[in-house]
Amino acid sequence: MAIKSYREAISEVLINEMRRDPRVIILGEDVVGGLGGSAGEGEAAGGTFGVTVGLAAEFGRHRVIDTPITESAIVGAANGAALTGLRPVAEVMFMDFIGVCLDQVLNQMAKFRYMFGGKCSVPVTIRTLMGAGYGAGPQHSQSLYAMLTAIPGIKVAVPSSPADVKGLLTTAIRGEDPVIFCEHKMLYGETGEVPDGEYLIPFGEANITRRGNHVTIVAFSRMVLLANKVADKLAKEGISVEVIDPRTTSPLDRDSILESVEKTGRLVVVDEADPYCGMASEIAGLAACEALDALKAPVQKITPPHTPVPATAHLEQLWIPSVERIEQAVRATMAGNRVARAG
Amino acid sequence: MSSYDPLLLLDAYRRMRAIREFEERMRREVQAGTVPGFVHLYCGQEAIAVGACLNLNDTDYIGSTHRGHGHCIAKGCDIGGMLLEIYTKADGLCKGKGGSMHIADLRKGMLGANAIVGGAPPIAVGAALTQKTLGTDGVALAFIGDGASNQGTVAESLNFSAVLKLPMIFMFENNGYAEFTGARYHLGGADIANRAAAFGMPAEKVDGTDFFAVYEAVGRAVERARKGGGPGAVEATAMRWYGHFEGDMQKYRESKEVERLRQTADPLVKFEQRVTVEFGIEAEELREVDEEIRELIEEKVAVAKSAPKPSNEALYTDVYGSY
Repeated sequence: MAIKSYREAISEVLINEMRRDPRVIILGEDVVGGLGGSAGEGEAAGGTFGVTVGLAAEFGRHRVIDTPITESAIVGAANGAALTGLRPVAEVMFMDFIGVCLDQVLNQMAKFRYMFGGKCSVPVTIRTLMGAGYGAGPQHSQSLYAMLTAIPGIKVAVPSSPADVKGLLTTAIRGEDPVIFCEHKMLYGETGEVPDGEYLIPFGEANITRRGNHVTIVAFSRMVLLANKVADKLAKEGISVEVIDPRTTSPLDRDSILESVEKTGRLVVVDEADPYCGMASEIAGLAACEALDALKAPVQKITPPHTPVPATAHLEQLWIPSVERIEQAVRATMAGNRVARAG
Repeated sequence: MSSYDPLLLLDAYRRMRAIREFEERMRREVQAGTVPGFVHLYCGQEAIAVGACLNLNDTDYIGSTHRGHGHCIAKGCDIGGMLLEIYTKADGLCKGKGGSMHIADLRKGMLGANAIVGGAPPIAVGAALTQKTLGTDGVALAFIGDGASNQGTVAESLNFSAVLKLPMIFMFENNGYAEFTGARYHLGGADIANRAAAFGMPAEKVDGTDFFAVYEAVGRAVERARKGGGPGAVEATAMRWYGHFEGDMQKYRESKEVERLRQTADPLVKFEQRVTVEFGIEAEELREVDEEIRELIEEKVAVAKSAPKPSNEALYTDVYGSY
């Protein structure tokens, strides 16, 4: 085990997989950076957040491919390259930009295997940066994984820790299906223990980050960290909270969630995404459909309001689900009450 | 006069005739109500698909369009497998789950018909990226209609290919109409080849009803791309004979337009006139091909109609490799 940041874990996987398999290529905007600039052809960026620093030097520009700002061509080229034998890792710099290239996600990569009768593999990984908290405003802060989860044919990962980044990204790159790998920008500096050597985490296996008996919190991506804080605080009061991090939304580990709800009878879902048609609603629905008899209190959905993400710092903080709101929801469910929803 | 191997010419004729016979048969079958879904016919454009694809091998890739039957046949897809797919049968090229607008055969380098206008060019660019990354001398070619040429994905694909010097050929098929709207209206600048040229690649304009013109222009682009010379474009103009889809009333076309095309711009007639006069091919040989193709299509349509449908379980299969 070594202590690494979330960002370092991403870089480690990219380097490992490119060393391991010559079919792995990286393409995206400024993954090298600085090409065509007045300073000459040296690497200038290695990605907006430095994740791909040094990769072009080690693997060459034919495998670390700087593209124009051209998301449809980036994802489309990744799709075509995957159909013809490569294992591309494409970077869509911010998840909001999925809007620019949605056809290649929704109608192309997600459909190839099915509409071609299973006669192809689509080993594409799209790494993309999501999440609020940076003051980046409405077009650089969204977490759109629920929308993508609703598209059969693609898989969606939402890692919350450096170790999960390593295990899930490795699995994504080695897999035979398209994966949208959603990296939370506010987690890039978070550190944690990362297993050395080969480390793969299967998709569809939740991680139970806190064990407890009274309340189940299901949380995604950065929200797992907040849920853990609440669990640790309430443990001191004798409220035993179980925190489940599904780690992938497609496939979703429904069994672990249901088992926990059967045990605790109380469910809080924390999702940094729209309250409508999101994972919070999905999991509340799952509990209503399959564990209603076990529920001792209404399910609590803690989400942002149905608004864009504001740039203004204090409004953005109001928008993001807070530790306080999660704690309040846990206490309410312990009392059998419903809390007023935000927004 | 260029020299042509008679075997190549007979092959070209066989493929063009197969497309014509296939599409005319599909037209009758759609009218009879036997074909599910939307069908978009390629009649009138045969010389483009065949002229382009006879420059390619199975290890070269093509991306296609919703009007893809001709591209499939030209690239060597199995006609029986195609018909099974159009009739959405279990043994179709895509196990019946793609249908007319999604026929694909990766073994033949056919990356799929694509029902999204402008969907395939970026994918073909990815295939060209594979060729370059793996250091093959293979190429990729995207068929792109005049309508699709207005999509942003095409501009992105042109630029991406130019920037990365990919072995990519943009085969623009100007068939005069984007759905129900004429190119005279919808094409800003009225010239697709010029758009490609603006990205710094050689771009030619040819008569898309002239097999030889298409074959030679695409041949130049393919040869250049194979040698590392980067992307190229060809715009071939050939009006489609039928509607956007079968069932389109075509109120937007003057009533005699198609009749005129049949008389003056039939790619097969033009081909026959030239090969019989210039290359010593006997009309009789071509009639034998006609008969052979007619029998083949007759047989394969009958097989497709009576073939088994996919099982109910097939609904759930091939969504993922593993899940």
